[in-house]
Amino acid sequence: MKAMSEITYKPGREPHSRETRRIFRNIDRVGYNPSIECFIEDGGYETLKKAVAMEPAAIIDEVKKSGLRGRGGAGFPTGVKWTFIPKGNTKPVYLVCNCDESEPGTFKDRFIVHQDPHQLIEGMIIACYAVQAHYAIIYMREEFPEAAEIVRKALAEAEERNFLGKNILGSGYDLKIILHRGAGAYICGEETGLINSIEGVRPYPRIKPPFFPAAIGLYGCPTIVNNVESLCQVRQVLMRGGEAYAADGSTRSPGTRIIGVSGDVQRPGYYEIISGSITYGELLYDLCGGPKPGRTFKAIIPGGASAKVMRCDEVLKGRNPDGSVRKMTIFDVPMDLDSIAQHGSMSGSGGVIVMDDSRSMPEMLRNLNRFFAWESCGQCTPCREGNPWMLKLSTRICEGKAAPEDVDLLKSVADNICGRTVCAFGEACSWPVQAFTTKFREEFLALTKPINALKPHNPETAEARKYLTRED
Amino acid sequence: MTMTEQPDVIEVLAEAKPSPGEKYYPPFEVTPELTEKAKEYIAMYPEGKELSAVLPLIHLVQEKHGFICPQSVLWIAETCRSTPIHVQGIVSFYPGIRTRCPGKWHIRVCHTIACALSGGEELLTYICEKIGVDPKTMTDAEPMAVSEDGLWSIEAVECLANCGFGPNIMINDTLYSQMDRAKVDALVAEYSKKA
Ligand SMILES: Cc1cc2nc3c(=O)[nH]c(=O)nc-3n(C[C@H](O)[C@H](O)[C@H](O)COP(=O)(O)O)c2cc1C
Ligand code: SF4
Ligand code: FES
Repeated sequence: MKAMSEITYKPGREPHSRETRRIFRNIDRVGYNPSIECFIEDGGYETLKKAVAMEPAAIIDEVKKSGLRGRGGAGFPTGVKWTFIPKGNTKPVYLVCNCDESEPGTFKDRFIVHQDPHQLIEGMIIACYAVQAHYAIIYMREEFPEAAEIVRKALAEAEERNFLGKNILGSGYDLKIILHRGAGAYICGEETGLINSIEGVRPYPRIKPPFFPAAIGLYGCPTIVNNVESLCQVRQVLMRGGEAYAADGSTRSPGTRIIGVSGDVQRPGYYEIISGSITYGELLYDLCGGPKPGRTFKAIIPGGASAKVMRCDEVLKGRNPDGSVRKMTIFDVPMDLDSIAQHGSMSGSGGVIVMDDSRSMPEMLRNLNRFFAWESCGQCTPCREGNPWMLKLSTRICEGKAAPEDVDLLKSVADNICGRTVCAFGEACSWPVQAFTTKFREEFLALTKPINALKPHNPETAEARKYLTRED
Repeated sequence: MTMTEQPDVIEVLAEAKPSPGEKYYPPFEVTPELTEKAKEYIAMYPEGKELSAVLPLIHLVQEKHGFICPQSVLWIAETCRSTPIHVQGIVSFYPGIRTRCPGKWHIRVCHTIACALSGGEELLTYICEKIGVDPKTMTDAEPMAVSEDGLWSIEAVECLANCGFGPNIMINDTLYSQMDRAKVDALVAEYSKKA
């Protein structure tokens, strides 16, 4: 395994000095390709050899000790999830890797499956061995056709070398991994929707609780669903040891995190950092190079499109180590899983979307409303009917045809979806609406001024105005 | 309507949606290779779970024939021991499954928030102009527009998971990122030559 300093990266993709590339070590690395030879040369499958010599329960303990939390969005402790498989279970156990990556703003799993698939496969084999699954599925979104070929080839290579298949490395443990492709639906990222998609029925999410997939999942059997990055992190845990892993970064969400930055910054892209080691301000000003020339930051969506938007000038209350309260902004909030949650948003899957002062917030919300209206699976009435309604309202506001009450109506529709649906999509679609209409209320109201209504709506100027400063 | 008068499901499905793209894809037929491949897919899943192969089979047909025609719905239903109406329920659910033939080169343009911030929506309009389709013909019910010569089709899609490097588009299976008008011009010229 080469030392980090000997590795070169493609121009423009070199790590920043404050980054720690572990999962993304081989991403955009010069001379690296997805073949098993490259991976093995870099120390690949050594951790698996160590793992199959351990007791499965010892691996679960190690992962629990590491404090590893899921990277798919909810941040649930991975080791704890694995223990939810009912005791004395006699049915087969399945493991599904969630590679549906479709939360707008999130782009990390894409690089792993395209450029370093064996890292995922090794992590998956270790996870399967720990929960004693003999059959596992990589659920990949349809928009990754090239990755599908790469992963299929990688699975065959791994089988050839007996990392997969029967009696893996002489341990007596068998495992089959297959690839299953989705077909362009965001809701297939929700774990129970995903399970239904694999079963070959419409991917409607299932009601939970009481039965989580770890108890009753695929084909009615215990099923563990983990995100791609989570499974790669499992490999890191075993490589380093649970305690060593837990020692890095924030105590409540240790390890590295991959952050994807998009929108109005000088250097958008992916960054792998030790969780909590930098703040949002450091990320945006140091790593991403600050706002575009002549612009200032206006708003940040900190964790994928469904996270609540934060105003950059919002005064937040922070606590000093001695317990006293201090004033701060989002730029002072550390980038771990929980800190931003204390300020009413979430860090989710690590997709940071940045908007500068040239953007119209109602237009941003309209774009999100369109996304959620299009992606609702249609199973529950509030979500199915509410989303197109919210889209109509935000469109009307953007076109200058709305009354001021429409802004409140918009928020009230969101309030009535949230918490009344089968799956968390209900929250995902209403949080942005609640946050945008509350935090940027004056911008919405400005568009409802009678002067706008008097102007005949002109699609030409509306087109030109799109995503530019509102002219009020 | 009495039972006997009820239209056959296939008649309803067969409501033709002609597309100029059809000349670039072979019409659906059941060949020994197809049957062989189908068996292979079904064998991937645990015994008795043929229904799980419905999406793989749909992809198999769509990749070769461009879209899912009523005859293929019947074949898929039979192959994974389901019913045509169930398969049609799957086909109509997923945005990634087409019931109308695309052009030889199918362009997907991301217009979700991050790409929109980097100019995805404007790019969509520009590409439409470039390949000669009217963006107004792209509706929720029929999101894809096909050019008259059948060479191109275009569709606005949601997030392609490459948000930091927008605007992103896909032409058939290949992703192109950080697009601008000049890059689009070059790609359209390149692909037109390939045709
Ligand atoms: C609407 C919705 C969409 C989701 N999309 C994804 C996704 O694209 N990728 C993902 O890994 N998790 C997604 N999730 C989270 C999964 O349901 C699940 O929590 C996750 O895959 C668990 O993996 P982890 O414990 O490793 O994080 C989504 C959840 C919801 C409610
Ligand atoms: S909340 Fe929306 S996406 Fe989730 S099950 Fe209900 S209708 Fe489907
Ligand atoms: S928003 Fe276009 S790729 Fe994510």
